[in-house]
Amino acid sequence: MKSVRIAGGLGFYGDSWRPIKASIERGNVQYVASDHLAELTLAILQKDRQRDPNLGYTRDLVPMLAELLPIAIPRGVKFVLNAGGLNPMAAREMLLGALKKFGLKLKVGVVLGDSVQERLDELQAAGVSLAHMDTGEDISTVRDRLVFASAYLGARPLVEALDAGADIVLTGRVADAALFLAPMVHELGWRWDEWDKLAQGIVVGHLLECSGQAVGGNFGGDWRSMPDLAHIGYPIAEVWEDGDAVISKAPGTGGRVNFDTLREQLLYEVHDPRHYMTPDVVVDMTTLRMEEFGPDQVRVTGATGRPAPDMLKIVAGYEDGVMGQAMIGYAWPDALAKARAAAQIIQQQMVEIGLKSEETVIEYLGYNSIHGPLADPAHIDDLNEVYLRIAVRCADKKEAAKLGRLFPPLALSGPPFIGGAGGMMEPRGLLGIWLTLAPRALIEEYVRVSVEAT
Amino acid sequence: MKKQLVELAHARSGDKGDKADLSLFAPDQETYALLAREVTAERVRAHFAGIMTGEVERFEVPNVLALKFVLHGALNGGASRSLRSDALGKSLSSALLRMEIEV
Repeated sequence: MKSVRIAGGLGFYGDSWRPIKASIERGNVQYVASDHLAELTLAILQKDRQRDPNLGYTRDLVPMLAELLPIAIPRGVKFVLNAGGLNPMAAREMLLGALKKFGLKLKVGVVLGDSVQERLDELQAAGVSLAHMDTGEDISTVRDRLVFASAYLGARPLVEALDAGADIVLTGRVADAALFLAPMVHELGWRWDEWDKLAQGIVVGHLLECSGQAVGGNFGGDWRSMPDLAHIGYPIAEVWEDGDAVISKAPGTGGRVNFDTLREQLLYEVHDPRHYMTPDVVVDMTTLRMEEFGPDQVRVTGATGRPAPDMLKIVAGYEDGVMGQAMIGYAWPDALAKARAAAQIIQQQMVEIGLKSEETVIEYLGYNSIHGPLADPAHIDDLNEVYLRIAVRCADKKEAAKLGRLFPPLALSGPPFIGGAGGMMEPRGLLGIWLTLAPRALIEEYVRVSVEAT
Repeated sequence: MKKQLVELAHARSGDKGDKADLSLFAPDQETYALLAREVTAERVRAHFAGIMTGEVERFEVPNVLALKFVLHGALNGGASRSLRSDALGKSLSSALLRMEIEV
């Protein structure tokens, strides 16, 4: 029976591509599928594009491929990446330029049509409400502040690009697991109505789309038992025609692939595991089985699927104020009491200088900055050090920056024994995320695939 | 007798919009049955009352001995909008493990 071997690439923009080398060199893979876009990433790319309309793709694309192509090309390994971000065309332009410079002969496919920012009026005219899918709120509340809006596309246009001979496929926003499903459909000849096979493909994609998280990274179990995380092996999947799959990793790499590490990734961010919605199939994970049959070898079978939904999810970002923040550290004895006293000083001064903040968050790093009200107060009188952190939500950068300037004077006029810079951190633009749905026909009629050779 | 979940199970959390998505994993069938009985959506809601504004949905995944909890309105509006240090809610998993249940 035919099978295809796919390596997991990045899990997000900023993730390391070094572990992909081991998968290529020792993992005998035919594809690398790489996810460069978290929900948050389009916010970062949108800022790039605002500065320069030729940007908007993830800038790890060329550095990453520059390092991986020399070992990938002789092995015939192909790449599927959503590094196109908000500007897949510009990403391809740039990549083709770089490939030509290196004298490489490759075909680069691009998938367009996920961006709907310019088409929102048209969609509403066609009867799409664009209301927030969780709260039901009307989009008019944020419409004039929108900075991007993209639909999650499925695997079909990516398969089209692969069918047309692309060695590298660049996309914008697609369902992350679709990056992995595409090579499976292309190689194994699955039909778009073979729901159970597609479900298996999506499960495999979901297991591989967060890099180290399937292999003992961010592992909530016995994390100490995960060997050599410095050289963690990203997951590799082999998938057969009938949909069965084995998850493993390259020999000689760190981390572990076992029932425990995989089940943590299986359920990660899927909401309802019985109805995991993707553009290509609705997956039921409760029917599947995962069995270890060797060191770092887990067989995954039995996921079931139901027909693809009529609606596609759209993610949009809107400007939602600016965060000002600052930090200062205090040492034992009475570190927390001092930090609290400093917080009181700052709060009074915020009022007196007229700092307009819609929301203020006060945290004590070392005590409650992560668990908040659930932090255990058992040893708070004895902590070695506590950092006060204050964050404010303001209408603009000018207002947000006022907070940071209140901190340095604490060094000479506040509670004693500061350590850690009285930090004035750059104000940061805040982005709200708007999730909504639209009928897939209205989105897919604008999807285009084009393949260009160097 | 009361026990903290940290002694019984492990967990992971992630984010989707303003929702925290938590998974709780049992080491064996017996513990799974205990967790399924005691770690109810209402109790999880009460546990996280200080940080969330919405409701808790619970899902059972017996084939991998796990429970899932989706916490609505738990991320101060969502990671890219949140003022919190743990904007992504990646440590809400460990916060869940502080919960005590009757064993």
